[in-house]
This record gives sequence, structure tokens and C-alpha cells, in this order.
Amino acid sequence: MTSWLGHLRSAPLSAWIGLLLLVFYAVLAVFAPLIAPFPQSEVVGPQYQTWSAPYYLGTDALGRDVLSRLIFGARNTVGIALTTTALAFFLGASMGLLAATIGGWFDAISSRAVDVLMAIPALIFALLILTITGTSVPSLILVIAVLDSTRVFRLSRAVAQGILTMDYVEVARMRGESMFWLVRREVLPNAAAPLIAEFGLRFCFVFLFIAALSFLGLGLQPPMADWGSMVRESAKLIAFANFSTWQTATFGLAPLLPAGAIAILTVAVNLVVDWVLHISSGLRD
Amino acid sequence: MTSVLAIILKRLGIGVVTLLVVSAIIFSAIELLPGDIATEVLGQSATPETLAAFRAQMHLDQPAVLRYLHWLGSAATGDFGISLANRRPIAELIATRAANTFFLAGYAALIAVPLAVFLGLVAAIYRETLLDKTISTTTLVAISFPEYFVAYILILIFSVQLGWFPSLGSVEPDMGLWERMHRTFLPAMTLTLIVMAHMMRMTRAAVVNLLALPYVEMAHLKGMRRWRVIAIHALPNAIAPIVNVIALNLAYLIVGVVLVEVVFVYPGLGQLLVDSVSKRDVTVVQAACLIFAATYILLNLAADIVSIVSNPRLLHPR
Repeated sequence: MTSWLGHLRSAPLSAWIGLLLLVFYAVLAVFAPLIAPFPQSEVVGPQYQTWSAPYYLGTDALGRDVLSRLIFGARNTVGIALTTTALAFFLGASMGLLAATIGGWFDAISSRAVDVLMAIPALIFALLILTITGTSVPSLILVIAVLDSTRVFRLSRAVAQGILTMDYVEVARMRGESMFWLVRREVLPNAAAPLIAEFGLRFCFVFLFIAALSFLGLGLQPPMADWGSMVRESAKLIAFANFSTWQTATFGLAPLLPAGAIAILTVAVNLVVDWVLHISSGLRD
Repeated sequence: MTSVLAIILKRLGIGVVTLLVVSAIIFSAIELLPGDIATEVLGQSATPETLAAFRAQMHLDQPAVLRYLHWLGSAATGDFGISLANRRPIAELIATRAANTFFLAGYAALIAVPLAVFLGLVAAIYRETLLDKTISTTTLVAISFPEYFVAYILILIFSVQLGWFPSLGSVEPDMGLWERMHRTFLPAMTLTLIVMAHMMRMTRAAVVNLLALPYVEMAHLKGMRRWRVIAIHALPNAIAPIVNVIALNLAYLIVGVVLVEVVFVYPGLGQLLVDSVSKRDVTVVQAACLIFAATYILLNLAADIVSIVSNPRLLHPR
């Protein structure tokens, strides 16, 4: 822990910006009901208000407060993306580590299955499956987690294969340790560093993916506040943007607020991941 | 020479098998639909005769394997069956849309590829300078941005504020090429910005790796001019990785097109796919997915084959 604090002190400015942004988003997501001035799906005022108190970022087509929906969006969008990434990691990492450790037919079958899954673009595959399952939150999480676990599978399998050639694994095998013990006590601790960096990248990908599906109207369904669908709902307003007065300018910016929230979060995660990768690769500059 | 041929044939074989497996997966989507398709489409009040006629028309009375072969065979000749939602032939629905989509993707590729390769080369040659850092940071930011964010910013600037280009990519079949390019400029620009960043970074990485090799250093030590070293010594060896990068990104372009089409309400295949998913029109979704997936697989295959062919080590086996 102290070494991490040390790293933190010597972290570059970009990593600090990324971390601060992540903390900001996390606080918004966790304390959304306390921070947001209005409930997420309640009509609280007239439609299409401009930016003025008490609707600091205006209201949408139904008269819901945009600021509150943005804050609750952090909770809904990021929460679902985190759940999905965690599930994808659990699936991908356990299958990948097992495939490397067991080898043989299990490895061959699971690797071929992953090859096939990766041969189709993830968005196309997800659209195909969502046609059948319909767009509910559980099916969304499951579909994206399975599709995304393929990449985690590849990485953890490759990492584990490297570790399994080490002498200490050979020694453990000769001691007669069980396969489960091998994975848990020898492979997992050594594979943790690259997997943690990958988690950040995967989260970005999953988060953008869910936002894209919501933007297409196939992700999180209304009245749940979610950034992707907020972009979709306010998209038409951009045609009315007009920089002659302050009031009309803010009007046209409506779709850019949630889209910007998405963009800034991905940039923040990328900044932090860059830094973590830099540390874990042991590079000194 | 024979060994290269063998490798290419093997790669082609894998490509064909992948295509077949993927098509089987796409086909099986309709099998997984809950309930009976005929009753679903025709409604509860349909008479047994109309149900039977519908089943015969859709070949639902045959076993799944036969139906798959039939579906694949007719899809190969451009006949994708009929839409479940409006019972029109799917080929009719997608013909112009697929052409529109490939036009947009091709348009974006024509702008993005030369620009990305040029910027990548410049960044690699002048690496660690301010120019390189500016290009690298901008592209990193562009990669993190979702497609629609870039698209709306472009719309705000070039369409709403400056009024240079239309914000809707509405094209008609009988439109002239110039008019069409003008109308689709903003969607093409969005796609360009998104794939270019990735392509440029990978080009830069490939060239930077090459420039670190001993023979390039030797050429420098001989006193050759910098651009001559790049053009004569480094570039021929960089072609393989760069072409690989281009093909991979064109494959990505095919997917990115779905989102961009929705933003600009462009009458393409991606828009149709999204609409059909929300209508749960499985046969249309299957057709669109098959076209997208096949293009993706073929472009990846092309990337691999180009990198095999352009690798001189394989041309002269020991």
C-alpha cells in the first residue's frame, strides 16, 4: 500500500487529472440521490427550459431535470458497465486460466469457440442476440459480458501459459498440489498485474459499448436515466443551437452534455490505465 | 514459392470455415426465437391453412439443417428471403442500402487511409518532438471519444454554425456523385476521425520499430538523407504492417458505420439493422448481420494474406 502511495506522489499530471475525474464520477454515482436536486424520472417543470435555476442545465422534452438525469446517469450507466466488466472478467479469466492449466481438449475447444466469437464484430453479434432476447438489463449484461470475456480469455490464457512454464509451478506440481490450488496460489497472483490493467481498458470498451447500444435505442430502456439514451433523446435539439445569445446556445448543447460525460470518463480511465501500465511495466524515465 | 501458396491456401481455408461457422450461428438465431414463428407473424387468429402456407413459404416444415443449406445457398445468390415484419423480399430492402453503406465506408476510407499513413510517418520520423506529441495526444483523445460525440460536434460546427454541409445524410438513388459526396461529407468525416486515430498510431508504432533496426542506423551512418533512408530502406519493410493496419481498420469502419448512420439518419444497412432489431424482424437482422460479418471476415482475411505475401522471408524458404 505504501508503495502505491509512493507511486501516487510521483504520478504525472495526466494521471492525477484522470484520478480526480474518476473520483468525481464515483462520488456522483454513489451519492446520486443526495446530490441530484430532482428524482431521475419525474416531470418537475415545463418542457425545454433553458439553463436557469432551479433547472441548472435545463429540462428535457418531458420536463425532467437534465442535471439530475446526468447525475443519476452516472449511477445507472457506470454501474451496469462495472457489473458487466466484472462478470466478463470472472468468465474470461477463470476460463482462460483453466484452459491454460488443463490444456488438451478443454483448451482446444474453448480456444476455437473464442476464435469464432471474435470473428464477428461485437456490435453486430450483440444486435443479433438482442433481437432474440429483447432488451432487458439482465440480457444486456449477459450478452456483453460473454462477448467481452473473449478478449479477457485470450489475455489470461496467454499470461497463464507463460507462468506455467516456470520452475516453481513445476515444483508445486511435483509436490502433488491440486489443479485448483495451482491456479489459485501460483498462477493467479502472478497474472494479477496485467489483468488489472486490462480491467480498465475493458471497462472503457464495455462502457462505450453499452452507451452505444443505448444511443441506438437498444440498451437501457426509459425512464431510466442513462447517458446514451439522453444523447438520443436530445439529438434533434442540436439543429436549434444558435450562438447569438447565451440562452439559445445552451439549448443546442443538450446532446453534447451526456455525450461529453461519456467522452470525459473514457479519457479519464485511459489516462489512469496508461499510468498503471507504465508502473507495472517497470519502466523508469 | 510453394510454401507461401500453402500458407495462403491454409489461411483461405480457415477463412471459409470461419464464414461457414459464423453463417451457421447467424442462421441459428431464428431457431432460438421463442414460440412458433408462423403464429407469431400471422397472429393467433390465423387459419391452419394460412399457417401451413406460411410455413411452406418459409420452409419451416423442413429440418433445420436443410433450411440452413437452403438459406445459405440463396443468400449467396443475393436472395435473403422475406422480412417477417412487412413480408417484402429482403433483397429489395437492402440492395440500395448496402450500396449506400459501402459508399460511405469507402468514402471515409479514401480520406482516412492516405491521411493516417502520412501523419503516422511524419510522427514516426519526427518522434519525440512537439509535432509528434501533438499528433499522439490528439489521436488518443479521438480514440476515447464515442462516435456520436464527434458527430454532434461536427454537426454543431459545420452544419448549424457555418452551414457548409447538411446535418442529415439524405441521399437519393439518382443523385450525382458530387452532390452525394457533399451530403455525406459529415458522416464520412466522423468515420475518418475515428478510424484515422487508430490507424495513425499503429502506423507510427510500426515505423518507429523499423527505424530502430540496425540496417536503418547503418543507412544513417552512411550519411544518407533522412527522407531517402525512410523511402528506400524503411518503407518497403513497413508496407506489410501498414497494410495490415489499414485492413483491420477498414473492418472496424464497417462496424462504426452503424452508429454514424443512425446519427446522420443515413439510409444505409446499419440503420436498417438497428430498426429491425427494435422491431425484432429476425430475417432482416440475419441478412444484415451476414453482410456485415462477411465483410469483416473478408477484410481480416485480406489483411492476413497481404502480410503473408509481403513478407520476403516466406518467399525464399530455406
